[in-house]
Amino acid sequence: MNQANHLKDIRDWHPGQDFNLADEITHINAELALSQQKLSDHIETYWLAKSQLLTLMQLLKHQLPNGFDMCFDLFAVDERVRDQKLAEQCKDFTLVYHLRSMSRNQDIRIKVALAETDKTVDSICGIWANANWYEREAWDMFGIRFNSHPHLARILMPPTWVGHPLLKDHPARATEMDPFTLSDKQQEIEQQALKFRPEDWGMKRQSKDADFTFLNLGPNHPSVHGAFRIVLQMEGEEIIDCVPDIGYHHRGAEKMGERQSWHSYIPYTDRIDYLGGVMNNFPYVMAVEQLAGIEVPERARVIRIMMAEIFRILSHLLFYGTFAQDVGALSPIFYMFIDREKLFAIVEAFTGARMHPSYFRIGGVAMDLPKGWDTLVREYVNYLPKRLDEYEKMVMQNRLLKARTVDVGAYTSKEAIEYGVTGPGLRATGYSWDLRKQRPYGGYEQFEFEVPVGHKGDCYDRCRVRVEEMRQSIRIIEQCLNNMPEGPYKAEHPQTTPPDKRYTMEDIDTLIPHFVNVSWGPVIPPGEVSVSVEATKGIMAYHLISDGSTVSYRTRIRTPSFAHLQMLPLISRGQMVADLIATLGSIDYVMADVDR
Amino acid sequence: MAYIEPLFPFIEMSVIILALVLIAAFLVWVERRMIGIWQDRLGPNRVGPGGVLQSVADLLKILGKDEFTPKFSDRFTFVLAPFIGAITVLMSFAVIPFSQSIGVSDLNIGLLFFLAMTSLAVYGVVLAGWSSRNKYALLGGMRAAAQTISYEVFMGLSMMGVVLLAGSFSLRDIVEAQQHGWFISSQWLGCLVFLVAGIAESHRLPFDLPEAETELTAGFHTEYSGLKFALFFLGEYLGVTLISAMTVILFFGGYLPPGFLADTLFAELPGIVWFIIKVLFFILFFILLRTSLPRPRFDQLLAFGWKVMLPLSLVNLLGTAILRLTGVLGGGNV
Repeated sequence: MNQANHLKDIRDWHPGQDFNLADEITHINAELALSQQKLSDHIETYWLAKSQLLTLMQLLKHQLPNGFDMCFDLFAVDERVRDQKLAEQCKDFTLVYHLRSMSRNQDIRIKVALAETDKTVDSICGIWANANWYEREAWDMFGIRFNSHPHLARILMPPTWVGHPLLKDHPARATEMDPFTLSDKQQEIEQQALKFRPEDWGMKRQSKDADFTFLNLGPNHPSVHGAFRIVLQMEGEEIIDCVPDIGYHHRGAEKMGERQSWHSYIPYTDRIDYLGGVMNNFPYVMAVEQLAGIEVPERARVIRIMMAEIFRILSHLLFYGTFAQDVGALSPIFYMFIDREKLFAIVEAFTGARMHPSYFRIGGVAMDLPKGWDTLVREYVNYLPKRLDEYEKMVMQNRLLKARTVDVGAYTSKEAIEYGVTGPGLRATGYSWDLRKQRPYGGYEQFEFEVPVGHKGDCYDRCRVRVEEMRQSIRIIEQCLNNMPEGPYKAEHPQTTPPDKRYTMEDIDTLIPHFVNVSWGPVIPPGEVSVSVEATKGIMAYHLISDGSTVSYRTRIRTPSFAHLQMLPLISRGQMVADLIATLGSIDYVMADVDR
Repeated sequence: MAYIEPLFPFIEMSVIILALVLIAAFLVWVERRMIGIWQDRLGPNRVGPGGVLQSVADLLKILGKDEFTPKFSDRFTFVLAPFIGAITVLMSFAVIPFSQSIGVSDLNIGLLFFLAMTSLAVYGVVLAGWSSRNKYALLGGMRAAAQTISYEVFMGLSMMGVVLLAGSFSLRDIVEAQQHGWFISSQWLGCLVFLVAGIAESHRLPFDLPEAETELTAGFHTEYSGLKFALFFLGEYLGVTLISAMTVILFFGGYLPPGFLADTLFAELPGIVWFIIKVLFFILFFILLRTSLPRPRFDQLLAFGWKVMLPLSLVNLLGTAILRLTGVLGGGNV
């Protein structure tokens, strides 16, 4: 039986404990033929024939006690040119379903192998609502068809795009393709494709007594925070329904991962959630380290946590200001930018860059902290709480702001989990689930902090939770400050990049890896791993597949904002336009994080 | 001399209009600079000493812009709308007594003329929103219409207390009636209501819903650019000046010096100086409001108007009437 069932308290669980969910599943339904694959990240992984997929998914969500209520991630892998397939079930394509049970604090990974001749599988939209966008993405990127999907259309690429970009035979660079041309006829087709036809989305143009207005909010609109389009179906100013349209910020970050060396991909990760800075490096380098088996020295771990928390504050401060601005208060954002500026100066002193320092390295961090770093941090740690107190009066206690945000855009914990909402958006509903507490990573178990929660799950609570999180982050930074260990900031491991240079001129065993790692980049042993962190906006995960070479075979980035935006139609129905703007502000998404 | 004399009123008018337009342009800089200071930044400080000439630079830029009228718009109305906006506000200034002797006209129904003009001003906004054939602009125009109609009702009512006390609709008479004490002492409630309604009439934060930038991009003037946009801009700043001037005239003794300075040298200052000082004070108040408050939702705004402001103004009017009839206020000349 499952060991997790014997645990009295889920907090006793820790990664690495041996589970066997298969017994539990076959106990309920013996016909399911699961075969386990051992992967180094300790998430139970099972292969399944695609004909049994729906049965298993139903079982996992509804029949299993404390079932898997969140569809955490869903993606495909093109296995056709992979040398080290690691499992005999592997065919041309693999669909990976990463599910999570919040109450068990346990993940499960289901893999389905697909042949190139039959790239279809049943849709699981009926079981998890948020599988909708993930399945569309898999169709868009790999051309995998999902039977009985409600609207299987392209999501990240434009509707007129030809081909499926993440296929291994799709060119990764423009220089590998013919020059781009746009004929008048093609331009006409492109223009037509941009038109919104409500019928395509199952919307009506008029009701019994009124014609609906369709308002195209974005892709360029001051309040959509980036290039994001929402088509609103409205009656007067009331929103009847809406269709979020994403993909305007798609840069093919996952495809780039298949070209860049393990090391040179780090700067790309910075730009996924561009407000998160090093927070994005965190899951990536941890995943690579897990594949390579690198143990990070204590000092580097604490530096990483300190930098991650600094970026949490930076991101939350920007959220705080823009949220107030979306509601119409013009000034707070300027005060908060001053605070951010001071903090950026510290980041710059430590790393040499401001927003995107790419500071973490495989095996540690780029450089040691400068002399006198503690004075800088201590000054800031003493400075910010007073400013936060001021903002409390200016923003949070403002009655107009409360009137605009309390009870606006609310959702329940159940809805949040159904849609894969994580981070402050989930905690605002009163559901205390913080990855740093539930599954401490990178050394968070050594720190004291609380997990702030809201209770209504409305815009106001989402803001309140973030404000409190900033205070907790200050607490964590303070602990880093007082307990910074001495020692190396980089692991002594051949795969550490760039490797330790001290002995290179003395012994050949260090010189060769140094030379190889700097010129080709490190060679990471074959394997598969998924690592999540509690990023600024929710849980961000990197699923890396190594084929034993200098580049990743597949880089899957699970971002929190993608899941959060999918929920928008559910929240916005019945709202006024002004409420929608407040709701958008309170979700705190970054389009680069959504589209990757 | 004799045959120039009939031209005096025209010269006075031209001077006043010119001065008003210059003041409006100057206000743009004042506002940007003050907001900058209040928000811990600098604001425009490059053109001229301290950036005073920023508006000139802006004007040159605006003049250099393409006079663009969208193909899909209703051309005639589209061009007409900004003129309505600016002209009606300028017309309102006709009845404003700037000092004992300066003022275009002393209509005996000055107050009503002011109300009529502010009501007409909304046509500029509504027509702009409607003729743009843009959904954001339409929503903005719609909001402007609803907002103005609601707030106009109690704007009128809030001023009636003053009329009761002064016994006249003429703005000059109202100022003169405050020789022995400003009306703010008894009409503070009316003043409050008038200020709120005034901000709503001039579409400034927190009542800038017709152009709510974060919601409707630029609201009713989304499609406007160049000189036509400048006219809306001018209208907005003139509107701020107008509401400040009206507040001063109705409740703060217009061009009269404050009572406690009656026997000092300050009382010798010309009326226009006092008028400008007081108006400037209220303009700065408007600007400070803009930097400090968020924006309510449309329905909240209307509910606030009808459910709070209207009863308040009625109570004020009733109270004033009773006090006036019993002779507590305004002497015995009932």
